[in-house]
Amino acid sequence: MRGAISPAVAQAAGAATAPLDVSLRINGTEHRLSLDPRTTLLDALREHLHLTGSKKGCGLGQCGACTVLMDGMRVKACLSLAALAQGREIKTIEGLAQGDELHPLQASFIERDAFQCGYCTSGQIMAGVACISEGHAGSPQDIREWMSGNLCRCGAYDHIVAAIQDAAAVYSSTQEG
Amino acid sequence: MTAALIGKSVSRVDGRLKVTGAATYAAEFEVPNLAHAAVVRSIVANGRIASIDTAEAERAPGVIAVVTHRNAPRLAYQPHKGLPDAAVGERLHVLQDDRVNHQGQPIALVLAETLEQAVYAAEVVRVTYRNEAAATDVAGVDPVLPTGKPAEWEIRRGEPDSAFEQAEFRVDQTYVIPRENHNPIEMFATIAAWEGDSLTLWDKTQWVHNVAEEIAAVFGIAAENVRVISPFVGGAFGSGLRCWPHVTLAALGARVAGRPVKLVLSRREMYYGVGYRPHTVQRVALGASRDGQLQAIRHEGHQETSTYEEFTEALLSATRFLHACPNVHTRHRIAPMNVHTPTYMRAPGEASGMYALESAMDELAVALDMDPVELRLRNEPDKDEFKDLPFSSRSTRECYRAAAERFGWAQRTAAPRSMRDGRSLIGWGMASATYPMNYAPASAMARLLPDGTAEVMSAASDMGPGTWTSMTQVAADTLGLPIERVKFTLGDTNLPRAPIHGGSMTMASVGSAVQAACRKARDEALGGAGANDLEEAMKLLGQAIEATADVAPGDETKRFSMHAFGAVFVEVAVDPDLGETRVRRIVGAYGAGRVVNPKIARSQCIGGMIGGIGMALMEHSAVDPRNGRVTNANLAEYAVPVHADAPPVMDVIFVDEHDPHVNPLGVKGLGEIALVGVAPAIANAIFHATGKRVRELPITPDKLL
Repeated sequence: MRGAISPAVAQAAGAATAPLDVSLRINGTEHRLSLDPRTTLLDALREHLHLTGSKKGCGLGQCGACTVLMDGMRVKACLSLAALAQGREIKTIEGLAQGDELHPLQASFIERDAFQCGYCTSGQIMAGVACISEGHAGSPQDIREWMSGNLCRCGAYDHIVAAIQDAAAVYSSTQEG
Repeated sequence: MTAALIGKSVSRVDGRLKVTGAATYAAEFEVPNLAHAAVVRSIVANGRIASIDTAEAERAPGVIAVVTHRNAPRLAYQPHKGLPDAAVGERLHVLQDDRVNHQGQPIALVLAETLEQAVYAAEVVRVTYRNEAAATDVAGVDPVLPTGKPAEWEIRRGEPDSAFEQAEFRVDQTYVIPRENHNPIEMFATIAAWEGDSLTLWDKTQWVHNVAEEIAAVFGIAAENVRVISPFVGGAFGSGLRCWPHVTLAALGARVAGRPVKLVLSRREMYYGVGYRPHTVQRVALGASRDGQLQAIRHEGHQETSTYEEFTEALLSATRFLHACPNVHTRHRIAPMNVHTPTYMRAPGEASGMYALESAMDELAVALDMDPVELRLRNEPDKDEFKDLPFSSRSTRECYRAAAERFGWAQRTAAPRSMRDGRSLIGWGMASATYPMNYAPASAMARLLPDGTAEVMSAASDMGPGTWTSMTQVAADTLGLPIERVKFTLGDTNLPRAPIHGGSMTMASVGSAVQAACRKARDEALGGAGANDLEEAMKLLGQAIEATADVAPGDETKRFSMHAFGAVFVEVAVDPDLGETRVRRIVGAYGAGRVVNPKIARSQCIGGMIGGIGMALMEHSAVDPRNGRVTNANLAEYAVPVHADAPPVMDVIFVDEHDPHVNPLGVKGLGEIALVGVAPAIANAIFHATGKRVRELPITPDKLL
């Protein structure tokens, strides 16, 4: 009995898979890796590049903790094979701040106490960044609907919504200004 | 002198680490030469392994070893029981014999170079079983009293049976709560690395010292030789209190492989190896006079446990003292089954027991045609009638008043189905909440440095409530230093011992130890330097000052009954055609002593409310009664609240409460009481909305149609 293994099971017939050379562009840096073709983008980040900010909460695309941006769109890194992410621009939580300066949504997460354990936080923030840029942060109700793919078992939803609203306001004021 | 920090809404000191992805959870430590592990688990609930063929797995690329009961090293499994272990029974031994006790029991461990290779090889281990009859249907198991003195499990005061028979108003109903799983978003993970006979474990746990002691007992080595590191815990809610068999597997794997091993459970495995809130069946009988005085309470409950351990929880505790009543009977039983042992899940016992009790109180209020708040006020006790002790403090009246006022309870019309918003049926319901104040021995160390900074430490945990931050606040406040100058460290067995991170006791226990250590260090520094200002004293001394303090409860438990109390008010909207319930508002008021950080405390309370929405409306580990398999062992089919389920209005009130008796800091803890009362308040609101009393959680749409 195992779970969260769909890519591996799909490849079961070809257990003796030869490593694959994969080039991944993450947070603006090119990384060359030799990967088992079954490796998900999430495992490539966590196990091969030690970029552990993207979290694994289910491996089945159900919790959203692994959310990253791929060419600006939010995707679940646990459902993306690393080899298929070649040539895409991937942004993870590690690439969000500009040096010491936090992204407005990171700052508002701290200010609003939009997390407890912190494990879903990277995914919430990456999804939140996309939620704002998609134009889905117009009202608390909108945010709740468009953020519902990101589970928070500590139940910080109320504060996450407030943090996204705050950051969305910063965005619109910068754009207007 | 700096401004007081205790009581201030400081932002989390670990916030930056968490929002940048830099906080390091158990599976994320960089350990060189790591091998990856995957577990093969039984697919029967009871029997023996007839055959286990590992040949194909061993031939698979990258596989280092396949460990089964046939080739596993024999483990010492010396006696050891930590606080979270069942008092009666023996923990599951892994890979030591061919016996299978429950679905999902580990029966083989695959070690490989990569995660993909380990997971693949685990799939091709072929196992056959000799099945034996299994007890997997909770409805078909006769409950029995747990081992021990019957007086521990059955308590009587007055004449509950005759008083109930003679009562003018009576309620007698049965309430069912299915099994629930904690489902923290971080899955359990352990990295194990041996160096000779010394072992380092990077582990997800709520108690590093207990992991060290348990693994030392399992392997027959000294606890001092096991170091456990756990700085961040991605939620646990009780699932990390015990040291579970997968930690043993990781250490065993590392020994067999001769190199460090990482084992991360899959989400499915989280339903078979790290406990759950047990299925409970409770019968509550209440008898009252016409004026609403309780004359009899009979509360019986039983819960599932495993065949090898007798897990019990505080299911009936609150019934004995929450409401005044001269005639009370409680009886707690267990139903041993071929399942893995359940464990403590947020507000263990109280959350389940109070769902039944507070639902029954609501039914009694309806029978009496009395406001449910008024019914509770008429049964306010002036002491703990079970222990015959005064309460150290009890703010129930203030909680009812404050929450009712904020909620607008006076506008409620009593009749079910009498309130509407468009086509939605609106229901307003309430329930009481209570959880014991727990305070346990704890130690902390404070080190003052000549540059005017301080390092403070204790081997506590932080699974989310904010231990990192609240302890830094207590330390800085006590030392009189700005918070930026104080660095608090936790989560390592090399630090002074802290109690288990559960039972809402961390703030009371570790907080009091931190305060004591800081006072001691400060007094030493000021006295040694003959100065009035700490920074000046440290400059004068020119060397570090260290002080360790141990705190422990005194005789206050003999003099007082000590609990936090609260009240939860809820508004639901029920779609009359679809049976869907939406929680629109929750107001909770809590008398929980001193609140160290209102901002973080609010997070804990709204988190409990969200947890309660899950308990009331969604959560259910659906166990197949034929074979004990959890049919929805994933986060798509085990429904938990999502963003869209969060009520637009969540209001948290901390009533002013000063309790000098509970512990030096005067705190009662918040983690558990935040959940207690939410599910019954929602169930009561649903009755008010629909006129339907659902006595089996979760209240899904099918039950309202």
